[in-house]
Amino acid sequence: MTDDVMRTADGTPLKVKLRQAERREVMRAFMLIAPLFLFIVISFLIPIMVMLKNAFYDPDIVNNLPQTTERLRQWDGKALPSEEVFAAFAADLKTASKAKTVALVGKRLNYEIPTLKSKVTITARKLEKIETGPWMEAVTAADPVWKELGTWAVVKRAGSAFTPYYLLSALDLRQGVDGGIERTPENRRIYLQVLGRTLGISLLVTLCTLVLGYPVAFMLATLPQRTASILMIFVLLPFWTSLLVRTTAWTILLQDGGAMAQFLHISGITWIANTLGLLAGEPQLFKTRFATVLAMTHIQLPFTLLPIYSVMKTISPTYMRAAKSLGATPFHAFRSVYVPQTMPGVAAGCLLTFILSLGYFITPALVGGGSDNMIAGFIDTAMNSEGNWGKSSALGFVLLTATLILYYIYNRLIGIDKMKLG
Amino acid sequence: MKKISVLFTAALLAGTAFAASAKAGDELTVTSWGGAYSDSQRKAYYEPYNAAGNKITEAEYNGEVAKIKAMVEANAITWDVIDVDSATALQGCAEGALETIDWAKLGLDKAKFLGAEVSECSVPTIVFGTVFGYDTSKLAEGPTSINDLFDLAKFPGKRGLQKNPTVNLEWALIADGVAAKDVYTTLATPEGVDRAFKKLDTIKSEIVWWEAGAQAPQLLADGQVVMTSAWNGRLQKPIDVDGKPFKIVWDHQALDWDLWAITKGTPKMEEAYRFVSFASGAGPQAEQTKYIAYGPANADAIPNVEPKTLPNLPTAPDNLKTAWNLDTQFWADHGDELKERFNAWIAQ
Repeated sequence: MTDDVMRTADGTPLKVKLRQAERREVMRAFMLIAPLFLFIVISFLIPIMVMLKNAFYDPDIVNNLPQTTERLRQWDGKALPSEEVFAAFAADLKTASKAKTVALVGKRLNYEIPTLKSKVTITARKLEKIETGPWMEAVTAADPVWKELGTWAVVKRAGSAFTPYYLLSALDLRQGVDGGIERTPENRRIYLQVLGRTLGISLLVTLCTLVLGYPVAFMLATLPQRTASILMIFVLLPFWTSLLVRTTAWTILLQDGGAMAQFLHISGITWIANTLGLLAGEPQLFKTRFATVLAMTHIQLPFTLLPIYSVMKTISPTYMRAAKSLGATPFHAFRSVYVPQTMPGVAAGCLLTFILSLGYFITPALVGGGSDNMIAGFIDTAMNSEGNWGKSSALGFVLLTATLILYYIYNRLIGIDKMKLG
Repeated sequence: MKKISVLFTAALLAGTAFAASAKAGDELTVTSWGGAYSDSQRKAYYEPYNAAGNKITEAEYNGEVAKIKAMVEANAITWDVIDVDSATALQGCAEGALETIDWAKLGLDKAKFLGAEVSECSVPTIVFGTVFGYDTSKLAEGPTSINDLFDLAKFPGKRGLQKNPTVNLEWALIADGVAAKDVYTTLATPEGVDRAFKKLDTIKSEIVWWEAGAQAPQLLADGQVVMTSAWNGRLQKPIDVDGKPFKIVWDHQALDWDLWAITKGTPKMEEAYRFVSFASGAGPQAEQTKYIAYGPANADAIPNVEPKTLPNLPTAPDNLKTAWNLDTQFWADHGDELKERFNAWIAQ
C-alpha cells in the first residue's frame, strides 16, 4: 500500500469498517429496546398528549352551538347581540334538544357562570314549543340572563375550541368580564395551595425516607451476607404487599384506641404531653397530616432504600480503611469518603420517592384529614365525580409542568448522569 | 428443556384463549354500590336469577357518572345494568348515557312504582333514607333531632358525614332554622348557600368524611366518631346481624331512590330488560327487605314484607314524620357549582 490510510485485510479503510461495526452495534441496541420504547410511547406518551390536549381543547360549545358561535364572531361585545344571533341560538338549542346535548352545553357554560346550566335547560325546553321568531324576545322572555352582556361574552369565549379557561382555573385565575385575567374568589382559591401542599408533603416524605433508609441501607450493605439477606427480607416483604393493604393496616394501628394510641398511653408519653400542656386528652393520630406522612413514608421506604443499598454495595471497604489509616477519625472518613460515593444512589432513590409521592391520592384519602387532599385526589374528583375532564387534564398539566421544572432544577444541582441505581 | 418450554408456552396461550372465550357470551354485568347493599341484591336478585340459568357478573362503583359517560362515549360498554341514585339517573339521562326505559317491554305497571317519575331512563328499585346514627353504648343519652348533629356542646365528639354536599347542605339549613319545605328555595340563593356553609363551619373541625357506604358504620363501630350520617340500611345491618348497639335517628331523614338504569347502546339489551323485569317483581323486591332495611319501590311487594322489618323501613309511618324528599332536579341544576364549592371548602 502506498497511501497513508490504514486498511483491513479486504482493502476497505479501517475507519469505514469501524463505522460500519459501530452502526451495527447501535442498530442492535436499538432493536433490543424498540419494543419497550414502543410500549412507552403508546401506553404513556400518547395518553399524556391526549390528556394535555384536553386541558386547552374543548369543542363542546363549537360542536353543539355551531351557528351561534359563527354569528358571535362578528359581535363586538358592546351591546346586546343582534336578532340574527338570537335566531341562530334558538335554532342551535332546538337541534341540541333533539340530540340530547343541551345538558352538555349548560354544563360547560355553568363553569363560568353558576346557575347557567338550569337556565339553558329551561330556555331550551321553552323554545321547543315556539316555532317562529322574533327570537330575541322569545329567548330573553325564557330567562332574563340572556339580556346580560356578560352571559354572551362567556358564550363567545367558550365558542373557541382552544380555551385557556381550564388552565387558568387550575392556577386559581379566571378571565374577568372584560377579558382580563383576575384571581378567583377567595373561597374557591384552592389549587395553588393544594399544589404547594402536594410538593411539601412529597418533600417531607422524601426526607423522612432518606433519614430512615440511609442507616438501614448502610447496615444491609456492610453486614455479613447471611444476616444481610435475612434483614433484606424484612425490607422487601412489605414492599411486596399491596399498597391498599398497608394503608388499611395503618388505619387500624392509628385509630382512636388503636395500637399506637394504647402504646403512647402505656409508655406514659400521653401523660407527659398532657402534663406539659402540649396535648389535651388522647392524641388524635388518625385522619391527620401525621398519619398521611407516616403511611407514605412506610410505603416509600423501600423505593429510597434499595437504590442507596445497591450503590453502597459497590463501594469497596478499602476506601474507609485507607482513609482511617491516613489518620481520619471514623466520622470524618465516613463523611468525606463514604457519603460522597453514595450520593448517586441517594439522588436516584430520593428522586424516585419524590416523583412517586406526587401522585398519591388513596393514602391521603384513607388516613388523612380533609385538608390533606393532594392534587391527584382533586384530579380524581374532577374526573370521576364532577365529570370535568378539562379541569382534571389542566390539573394534570400543572402537576406535570411543576414536576418537570423541579426535575430541571434537580438536574442542574445534581445531574442525572451522576445518578446510579447500582 | 426446549420441549418443556414450548409445551408450557402452548399451555399458557391455550389457557388465556379459554379464559377469554369464557368471559364473552351472555353474561350480564350489573353494577352497584358494594357492601351490605350489594350483598342484599346478590341474595335477593342475582342468586335466584342465576339459578334460572343466567349468569350475572357484579361490578362496583361509587356513583361516578363520568365512568358511565366515558363508557358510552368510547363505545366500550362493560356495565350493562347500573344501580344509580336519582341524581345520577337524571344527569345520565340528560347527557345521553342511559337508555330510555320501555315499560311495556318490562311488562311492569309504571303506576305501581314509587319514584317512577324521577327519570324516564330508570326503574326505581328501593327507597332509602339518609339518616344519622350513634352508638348507645358510648352515648346513653343520645341525640334525638337533627339539631343535635350540629350541637357540639351537648354531644361533643367527631361526626361522620358523607363527602358530598347533598343532604349535608340541606341538614345545615334545617338545623339553622329553615323549614324543610323552604330548604331548596333558600339553597337556590347565594345567601342561602353561604348560610349552609357557615352552619357546617361550626362543626367542620369535628367532621370525619366518609365516601363509601360501608365506611359510615365502620367509623361508628371503631369508635372513630360519636355519630355519623349513613344510609339507613347500612346502619340497620350491623344492628340486626352483628348485634351492634347502634340506634338510628329518623328525624329529618332525606328520602331518595335507587333505580336500575341500562347503559345506552349496551349489546345486552334483551338480557338487561329481562333482569330488570325480574328484579322489580313483587317477590324479589320483598325478598330484598329481608337482607337490608330499604323500602321496595314496587308497591305490590309491601304486603309481602316481614312484619318485623316494617318499622325499620324508611317508609314506616313513624319514620316519615319529619322526612323530606331529596330534590334531584335542584341538584341536577345546581350540583356542579355546589360540588366545586364544597370540595374547595373541605380542602381549605
